[in-house]
Amino acid sequence: MQVYGKSVTAVIEKRAMTEPRAKKISNVDEIIAGLGDVGYITSRQIATAIFVAENLTKPILVEGSAGVGKTELALSTAAWLDLPLIRMQCYEGLDESKALYEWKYGKQLLYTQILKDKMGDVLGDAPGLDAAMAKLQGFGDLFFSEDFLEPRPLLSALRQEHGAVLLIDEIDKSDEEFEAFLLEILSAFQVTIPEIGTIKSTVPPIVFLTSNNMREMGDALKRRCLHLYIPLPDARLEEQIVAARVPDIEAKLRRKLVAFVQLLREQDLKKLPSISETLDWARVLLLLHADDLAPDMIRDTLNVLLKFEQDIHAVRPQIAEMTRKARQAGERGHATTA
Amino acid sequence: MQRPLENFFRALRAADIRVSPAESIDAHRTVDLVGYDDRQLFKDALCVALAKTPDEVASFDDCFEMFFAREEFAADDDGGDRQRPQGAEGDEAFGEELGNVPLAEMLLDGDGSEMAAALEQSANRVGATEIQYFSQRGYFARRILDDMGLRDLEKLIAQLRRGAGDDGADDGGDAADLAQRLEQGRRYLLDESRQYVERQYELYARANGEALREEFLMETRMSSLEQRDFVRMHKIVRRMAKRLATRYSRRRKHTKRGQLDIRRTLRRNMPHDGIPFEVLWKHIKIERPKIVVICDVSRSVAAAARFLLLFLYSLNEVIAQLQAYAFSDRLVDVGDILEHNDVETAIPEIMAKIGFRSTDYGQALDDYEENFMDDLDRHTTVIILGDGRSNFTDPRIDIMRRLHDRSRAVIWLNPEPETFWGTGDSEMPRYRQFCHVAKTCSTVMHLERVIDDILKSYARA
Repeated sequence: MQVYGKSVTAVIEKRAMTEPRAKKISNVDEIIAGLGDVGYITSRQIATAIFVAENLTKPILVEGSAGVGKTELALSTAAWLDLPLIRMQCYEGLDESKALYEWKYGKQLLYTQILKDKMGDVLGDAPGLDAAMAKLQGFGDLFFSEDFLEPRPLLSALRQEHGAVLLIDEIDKSDEEFEAFLLEILSAFQVTIPEIGTIKSTVPPIVFLTSNNMREMGDALKRRCLHLYIPLPDARLEEQIVAARVPDIEAKLRRKLVAFVQLLREQDLKKLPSISETLDWARVLLLLHADDLAPDMIRDTLNVLLKFEQDIHAVRPQIAEMTRKARQAGERGHATTA
Repeated sequence: MQRPLENFFRALRAADIRVSPAESIDAHRTVDLVGYDDRQLFKDALCVALAKTPDEVASFDDCFEMFFAREEFAADDDGGDRQRPQGAEGDEAFGEELGNVPLAEMLLDGDGSEMAAALEQSANRVGATEIQYFSQRGYFARRILDDMGLRDLEKLIAQLRRGAGDDGADDGGDAADLAQRLEQGRRYLLDESRQYVERQYELYARANGEALREEFLMETRMSSLEQRDFVRMHKIVRRMAKRLATRYSRRRKHTKRGQLDIRRTLRRNMPHDGIPFEVLWKHIKIERPKIVVICDVSRSVAAAARFLLLFLYSLNEVIAQLQAYAFSDRLVDVGDILEHNDVETAIPEIMAKIGFRSTDYGQALDDYEENFMDDLDRHTTVIILGDGRSNFTDPRIDIMRRLHDRSRAVIWLNPEPETFWGTGDSEMPRYRQFCHVAKTCSTVMHLERVIDDILKSYARA
């Protein structure tokens, strides 16, 4: 169906699955351990949110600044539970024909053509118009049927037999109308298609909605969701995350770089570095074969951490001092900012 | 546990977190799921279910800690009045008297949690959570204590004291000692119950008071607002400006129902052999409001100017295309100051730069025409905040006319009531004929209504 402009990125990873999603998550520790296995280190709050969401079958609205791992949370949950991940990227102008379903117009057209050809055979001997109509009534109305339905991400998420993880990314970028139309899916896990009827999911998907707070979400949507705010991590957690994601980096350097980033977050900056920036920086340091933090090297790689010229400019004079503090913290054994 | 949870929801509502019935059902289901054993889990789970924004998470945290903090009495030896009395050897002698006064026994047992529970039960019986005003604290504290049996305790203390006076040496000493300890306990209880009631007030009622105060401020004349209300006012104004901005910045277009856009429909349906499967309707585009605000900060409006500037500041935070100017005798562009400073520094800076001088509307208009008039087009709305008192200088009505002709609308908001317009040096009646709207605007409420109207006119067109 490329012809009709498939502009929604619907990444549907099919996995060989034989059994339905039998494992109900029974406690929070299981989630922490499970996500840890696939490389996502969570805080207790995050795990609790997933636990509640899973057991009350409610969607989670995840908020937090860019790069704290909102999207990653959904990806990791899918990987851990071995469920297909269905991802829908929202943008201004997204509507139901791109998010939910569309009719396969071409096929429908073909169908009418065929119907026209076959009409003579079917009606062949009907004596009058009334009789012909009566005969026609006997055939099922195929024109609007599931055969001609092109499922878009939301519908395909509902149709997964063994459940799925549905990620509705950056919901704040979509229009208000779209938000309203999500409501039915989010509360009842069903969609109503006027021509066909209501399609209800057998196993409700785990739904994550992410938002960068571009605009305030409506109350109706908020009410249907659990709300999870992911803050920037503290030093201990961040160290664990770096250890999980960039395992090759040496422990002492890891402590120091995390301490440095934590110091950076205390500054008055336009955009504070978040976890993804820390990870990128760790990879850069690894690539440069750095074995210790040095002011010069930091100065050269600062653009990995800070994304605005004015931020870089503001931090630059303090680098030497911050490096010293970070190194001390690293030497002491754990990266605290105190 | 039903009741405490409901109380907790009430406390949350008081803290400005919306808890609808549906959400409270969710919360109950959540609690059924996680149980009460693990405090952290309990808190996190409830937080996930109830708090819906980062701000609400913060208030939820405070509220939760305050609400569930009460269990144990703070009974550590911090000396003085607050020390809890301990039982002693000689007390058995007074077993009979003590038996009649359960409160005394409880005090001597020194079981903090038992006492906390008793206090709470009494509080529930007298309805302490219904507290409304700060001044009711003493009343409720007293009623709780009465319910717990304070009178009996006081009687017992008095009786013991008398006994100590009458009786012989050995027994009397013990009685005095016991009376002393009970008295200490009584004071301790007074303290605790007072604190308990205060906490209830914090939880349930403080927000009411705050709301009342805000309502009052909305209707107070800007010129009579006081310095200490400034912070609160900023909050109100900011919230208002934000509400207006979100309401009107979103819808950029809306469908003209029933008007087919033939050109686009044909084009879109080309792949379908020109059969119109997809029908497209005509849209109306709604432009973003483009607003120029000219604010008088001269001596005559000095009292109101701070609040006009405050509003200007908040508006600047939420409306992207806002040009802001301030004047007394000369006119300057204050957009940069508003943009780069926080409100506490921006307003004094503007006032220092241009404020408190004598007014000259003519000169200000002249400055505007000279320097900034080119930005004005038929999409722009000009808002003038000022009293129109020009110290008998030339009002330059001709510029006003050009302003009127070039812009989409000129709106004059005057802090003075309409009856004063035209008295003394007021040029209002002459300016007025070149305004699309001229209104009195002396309270924040007026301001909100006017701005609402302006933005609405953009939505309609």
